[in-house]
Amino acid sequence: MMTQEESPVSLADAPTRRLNMIEAINDALDIMMERDANVVITGEDVGYFGGVFRATAGLQAKYGKIRVFDTPISECGIIGAAVGMAAYGLRPVPEIQFADYIYPGLDQLVSEAARLRYRSAGEFTAPITVRSPFGGGIFGGQTHSQSPEALFTHVAGLKTVIPATPHDAKGLLIAAIEDNDPVIFFEPKRIYNGPFDGYYDTPASPWAKHAGSVVPEGYYSIPLGKARIVKEGEALTVLAYGTMIHVAEAVLAEKGVDAEIIDLRTLVPIDMATVEKSVKKTGRCLVIHEATRTSGFGAELSALVQERCFYHLEAPVERVTGFDTPYPHSLEWAYFPGPVRIGEAVDRLLGA
Amino acid sequence: MAKVPKTPSRKRGNLPPLELHVPEPKYRPGDAVDYSDLVIPPAGAQPRPDETCAAEETYPLCTDLVRVLGDDDKAVGPWDPRLDAETLRRMLRAMALTRAFDDRMYRAQRQGKTSFYMKCTGEEAIAIAAAFALADDDMVFPSYRQQGILVARNYPLVEMVNQIYSNRADRLKGRQLPIMYSAKDYGFFSISGNLTTQYPQAVGWAMASAIKGDTRIATSFIGEGSTAEGDFHAAMTFATVYNAPVVLNVVNNQWAISSFSGIAGAERTTFAARAIGYGMAGIRVDGNDALAVFAAVRWAADRARANKGPTLIEHFTYRAEGHSTSDDPSSYRSAQESVEWPLGDPIARLKRHLIALGEWSEEQQATMDREVAEEVKAASKEAEKNGILGHGLHHPFKTMFEDVFEELPWHLEEQAEQAIRERRVKWPDWKE
Repeated sequence: MMTQEESPVSLADAPTRRLNMIEAINDALDIMMERDANVVITGEDVGYFGGVFRATAGLQAKYGKIRVFDTPISECGIIGAAVGMAAYGLRPVPEIQFADYIYPGLDQLVSEAARLRYRSAGEFTAPITVRSPFGGGIFGGQTHSQSPEALFTHVAGLKTVIPATPHDAKGLLIAAIEDNDPVIFFEPKRIYNGPFDGYYDTPASPWAKHAGSVVPEGYYSIPLGKARIVKEGEALTVLAYGTMIHVAEAVLAEKGVDAEIIDLRTLVPIDMATVEKSVKKTGRCLVIHEATRTSGFGAELSALVQERCFYHLEAPVERVTGFDTPYPHSLEWAYFPGPVRIGEAVDRLLGA
Repeated sequence: MAKVPKTPSRKRGNLPPLELHVPEPKYRPGDAVDYSDLVIPPAGAQPRPDETCAAEETYPLCTDLVRVLGDDDKAVGPWDPRLDAETLRRMLRAMALTRAFDDRMYRAQRQGKTSFYMKCTGEEAIAIAAAFALADDDMVFPSYRQQGILVARNYPLVEMVNQIYSNRADRLKGRQLPIMYSAKDYGFFSISGNLTTQYPQAVGWAMASAIKGDTRIATSFIGEGSTAEGDFHAAMTFATVYNAPVVLNVVNNQWAISSFSGIAGAERTTFAARAIGYGMAGIRVDGNDALAVFAAVRWAADRARANKGPTLIEHFTYRAEGHSTSDDPSSYRSAQESVEWPLGDPIARLKRHLIALGEWSEEQQATMDREVAEEVKAASKEAEKNGILGHGLHHPFKTMFEDVFEELPWHLEEQAEQAIRERRVKWPDWKE
């Protein structure tokens, strides 16, 4: 198996296809199943049905039900069994149907998968990749909308990865599966079928019109821990991931602000070099996430920027986040950190 | 096909390679269905132990199937609850009303009036006969498919539709996904959406009732798929350790979205038999036989009320429709399964029984069906005056921040101000 350093990141010559994010994830799983006979896929409805979002469609038919199979409805069992399979030497890729349902599996992740390498001094490891759709914007109410990434970034020993485009989803998922540590791979379900600019009452745009849907065929990986500069700029730095990348891009373009937008892609370990370089250049930093505000990942980002870029800052770091309430059903769009909330923060940052 | 390579080393002599068993349903889309392997004992043949018996006496019932309504539509055997005709007609009407409600709300979702809906078609007897067997103030910890309990307890349909439309009159302030009701005055606990969490909670409520010397019992419902959750084990253990006055129901409707009951363990034993390992009383009942469901739940309720402890009841039934409006069952199971389900349709069976008793007719049934459809239509029209999802007639923005805590802390006050300021920017003409 290739290490990340060896993997071809330059893909200029590879033939490409236009894929949406689900297709890109399916492609990554297919490639890794083909390349590595130790990769197995488990989860509720992932087998014959191909997953409630179709991420595993066709994989059981292709690789057999010994390698792609439905599990009982037990997130604890799904993750606990994955840890055991990994201890044997397999490379399980369990799916938790919604991130909102991951909590019964939390002990297996937090106390077991995350610490197995540490407590056994490397004797046992848990190279598992837990895939799970997360985030709101689909009228899913409080049990199909949550963004619990900060619960996982707080745990020593877990890597947390969140893609924002089909291209990245494929490359990052391949890297996550190849990684020898447990990875939480949160998929922003609002942008499975197309990027989202934050204007929920305008027609949705398909991925086909977005450059991020150009996906190289075959194997490639995007190293974990490397951010992507979505757009270079001088006026301020935006730190975001997942759905909020696209909302930020739209809002800042609309406001005509020359922002540098950084898609973190991996929250742990974070690409601090890229963040630092950008904030030191612009002197202003806006952190955006959809998750609740208090103790959210934005708090960590804000602290890091303050610690490392303090003397370059022209204004206090701003956070735009979801509110500290459960995700409401009918007031979903009042909750979502959309264009108005982002716009106000940008004005404060530039006015300071 | 790429296969997991068998470990090349450590072969011990001529031992066979180990094999993983992954259960597979018998039928997939397009397959013909043959139910001849399904053991369906005759109605009336199951013994009925006394409610105060030792748990062990119920164990044969865990692998049997309690049935009252026979193929001749007569009620037979020791489990016949001998209900009067008027009660049977009320049960039938509640079942028909629930089905009519489901049909209309399903269409409303398809018309874009709300985001989501879940029907209980084919399973109406379970919630409704259970509600009839319990006292009205017994506490129910439901899953998402027991709307029949609210209907049987005469919860206003218009309140249900308000909740489904997340509108300005929704008692839950538009916060919950459609059908995730809460109705404390009707003994109906707030539906979570997460699976099996309500099971240990029902046990805890029952323990509290016992701590306080109350006479009310608790009951809970989950699907067979949800028995896999750890919360099931916790509930069963606590219920038996403390002899809690609780009736724990498993609705085995054969399918958990696309996963058949074998993925929850049905290839090895019944779900009722889960009771045996805990030393709990258990009963497996024909879930499409309203009289059998009534008898089993009443037996378990009487047992709990007599301080003889908890009971696990498996209701054997079939989910005739999709899991929800979000899935298409024709993509993972044979449509013939529902058509040929050997335990029939619960409404048709109760109707035929009443007709066989000389207490009902096809004409009366047709009239009732029209009446319940009208009742549902009137309720949904009334609710629509309060708004449908996504058309602005929702609760005020400030309500989003209420009930996170009893009192609004400073940071939620600030966030509420932010939300209201955003609203003024987005909709300058808005009147609260």
